[in-house]
Amino acid sequence: MTRIGVVIFPGSNCEYDAALAMTQLGVDVDFVWHSVTDLTGFDGLILPGGFAHGDYLRPGALARFSPVMEAVARFAADGGPVLGICNGFQVLTEAGLLPGALQKNRGLTFISEPVRLVVASTNSVLTRLATTGQELTIPINHFSGAYTCDDRTFDALEANDQVVLRYRDNPNGSRGDIAGVANEGRNIVGLMPHPERAMSTLLGSADGQVLLESFISAPSGLLRAGAANAAAL
Amino acid sequence: MNFPVIVDVTLREGIADPEGATIERALPALGFTGVTNVRAGKAFRLDVEADDETEALAKATALAQRLLSNPVIENAVARSGAG
Repeated sequence: MTRIGVVIFPGSNCEYDAALAMTQLGVDVDFVWHSVTDLTGFDGLILPGGFAHGDYLRPGALARFSPVMEAVARFAADGGPVLGICNGFQVLTEAGLLPGALQKNRGLTFISEPVRLVVASTNSVLTRLATTGQELTIPINHFSGAYTCDDRTFDALEANDQVVLRYRDNPNGSRGDIAGVANEGRNIVGLMPHPERAMSTLLGSADGQVLLESFISAPSGLLRAGAANAAAL
Repeated sequence: MNFPVIVDVTLREGIADPEGATIERALPALGFTGVTNVRAGKAFRLDVEADDETEALAKATALAQRLLSNPVIENAVARSGAG
């Protein structure tokens, strides 16, 4: 049975949405408080949305020093799938586990609305069951979601096929319309949109399902086989 | 001894600055013309225990690069806060 850990920092607020989505997909889920340093037994980790440590200084700037983050880095280095959603994405970039950074939105407004995304690459733990070019409607809910990076990083992301999701109509000024990126090993993915809030057509969209299905069904043999193998997804 | 230090955190050249741009656009309406290249940043004031100011600035620079700034998008410079 697949067991997913949802990391909770002081100020996280999307952990129950993420856990409910996992339950809906039929996997076991446990909450992991940010002081935990042993992540043995998990098949995947989700860093949920919210305002970890109040988003003081910069979103994710203090959360990256929470004790759990060293364990998350080790888990990821062993090839374990790690997903950062919204604030979780910001934490992963601050921690250096994903390239780039998230800045304040162009226009300086908090944006909360469904957006259309295009799957840019299926070569990641989050998009492996989707189709390149597939359009997904998933809500965003953020103030600091403008993806940015220097030219060298941007060129490398494009060349290595690490951009996994793009906005169809860029809502926040993200460079290259980037909504989600993967690390070189493809086992760490961060995205600003909230797939866990797009799990039911009754509630607006079920387009998040294909992404989270991808995440929980990453071949278990790969989960602990090392990042090099994860690249072969 | 405690040395007052100010750390200036500014966005790196080439990184978009929506705050600075918004401020710059607002200025003419308030009668402040001829103001360009507005860049928004942060300043931190610290008292740093050290033997001399050079050591205090080095300590402040190190903590600024580790925590106060995100080197992916920002520069951090420590300067004396005395006087």
